[in-house]
Amino acid sequence: MAAISRAEVAHLARLSRLAVTDDELDMFAGQLDVILNSIARIGEVTAADIPPTSHSVPLTNVLREDVIVPCLTRAEALAGAPDVAEDRFRVPRILDEEI
Amino acid sequence: MLTTAAAELGRLIAAGETSSVEVTRAHLDQIAATDQRVHAFLHVDTDGALAAAAAIDARIAAGEKLGPLAGVPIAVKDVVTTKGLPTTAGSKILEGWRPPYDATIVERLRNSGLVILGKTNMDEFAMGSSTEYSAYGPTHNPWDLNRIPGGSGGGSSAALAAYQAPLAIGTDTGGSIRQPGAVTGTVGAKPTYGGTSRYGLIAFSSSLDTPGPCARNVEDAALLHAVIAGHDPRDSTSIPAPVPDVVAAARLGASGDLSGVRVGLVKEFSGEGGEPGVMAAYRDAVDALTKLGAEIVEVSCPHFEYALPAYYLIAPSECSSNLARFDGVRFGLRVGDDGRNSLEEVMSATREAGFGPEVKRRIMLGTYALSSGYYDAYYGQAQKVRTLITRDFVAAFEKADVLVSPTTPFVAFPIGSRTSDPYQMYLADLFTIPSNLYGGPAISVPCGLSEGLPVGLQIMGPTMADDRMYRVAAALETVIAPLTPPKL
Repeated sequence: MAAISRAEVAHLARLSRLAVTDDELDMFAGQLDVILNSIARIGEVTAADIPPTSHSVPLTNVLREDVIVPCLTRAEALAGAPDVAEDRFRVPRILDEEI
Repeated sequence: MLTTAAAELGRLIAAGETSSVEVTRAHLDQIAATDQRVHAFLHVDTDGALAAAAAIDARIAAGEKLGPLAGVPIAVKDVVTTKGLPTTAGSKILEGWRPPYDATIVERLRNSGLVILGKTNMDEFAMGSSTEYSAYGPTHNPWDLNRIPGGSGGGSSAALAAYQAPLAIGTDTGGSIRQPGAVTGTVGAKPTYGGTSRYGLIAFSSSLDTPGPCARNVEDAALLHAVIAGHDPRDSTSIPAPVPDVVAAARLGASGDLSGVRVGLVKEFSGEGGEPGVMAAYRDAVDALTKLGAEIVEVSCPHFEYALPAYYLIAPSECSSNLARFDGVRFGLRVGDDGRNSLEEVMSATREAGFGPEVKRRIMLGTYALSSGYYDAYYGQAQKVRTLITRDFVAAFEKADVLVSPTTPFVAFPIGSRTSDPYQMYLADLFTIPSNLYGGPAISVPCGLSEGLPVGLQIMGPTMADDRMYRVAAALETVIAPLTPPKL
């Protein structure tokens, strides 16, 4: 049985903000199915009472002194942007309505 | 000069017997002569390197005492930010981007007087085991130009094997330093996670990514390790503890005596899983360690067989989150911004055009594993398995000082032979992934040939005991005939 359907992959692509083509959907659906079937055996491990590990370093709440240190200038921060207007990152419209 | 060890180059430069400019120029010439065929570099900084070399020479001439690698050239994997130098992570989405800052490890290279030759090719965003997923075309293995140099850091390791650089920087999330080292006959070390700073690394899987040294011998790797390691307040997972003395350990190992050292063979990795020629070279290496005085013990790590599935849930999950930053707003590519498309449409078109197939697969896989309804069965379960793998390591290190295995199951494979089946590619990291999940250090050191191609031995240590693997690796080096690639 397929672990993942073409429609599910299309949904994942939307969630992932990837405007994939139909050909890619066909390819990814098959490949993701193989991958998911191969890694599904992780479910064989009995681990109900085992605490999860998110990170191998036992450090929590790493804070620094609240002092101002040098940072990028505005020009440096904007230098790599695809579009800049009025010293800011210019973005496409985010609302549907005409303004 | 091109085959001279980095440590020796440093001595010669410091003694005034050669200059950094001369050494740097020799390597730039070698890149110019060979990189059409190898394609190890995405960007060569000829002018910057020569200027940096001249500055080092001037400081030495003025009597300044610099570190042991001052004036030695180095290649840097393109996933590490270098101020003003193009940094693409092997992706079209960052084509032309010049970072406004240096990674901490790059800052440390510069402060120690190393000369950056350029940026090396890699699988896009470090996702891959062959460098075939670079958006800029594959790198070719100097041992056989029709074969892969490993990945994701194939460019760094190929540059070493092609004598284009005596040292290189790699990053290792699931084996991306060690596996390229193994298949190119070079040395690659993944330090303890948190032992080297991630600040300025373009993030793939933040709980696993570890920068480390690539070299042609163990002492050079240790010297480079010592330059880049150590606490960095700009990385909140950086370990605030002294760096183990890896250079002293490498020199101790070079005496060729391993008496008193317990070497653990991982039962689960000693039988099947590797090509016959790889397993034969591995067994020969174990015999060599015995002759050097090491005590061989067998250890069992029953959960290692689940490391690969756990990794392919954890790493894609973190990648799907980390790569959300590539949205066509602050840096890199923007596609479809015609004044009518919405922000979301522009983002989706940008990411579709800018990312290659492996990156898309992993983003979608991670998005799936983190989805409500699947989270517990996949990501949550993988994190628990990570705990069990860590416990396996901790138990094994009660019986052994280091663990050994082959670095990768197969020698360098022909370019194009595994790209149609992504899961077959994933198997390249079968033996390297456990140390990433646990966080401990691991090194690959050349241990012989199979079918005329290099094989690596992996030596794994407990967290923050990086010195142990350098000692054992350096000892093995004294009895393994040097692997010299055919002349290009």
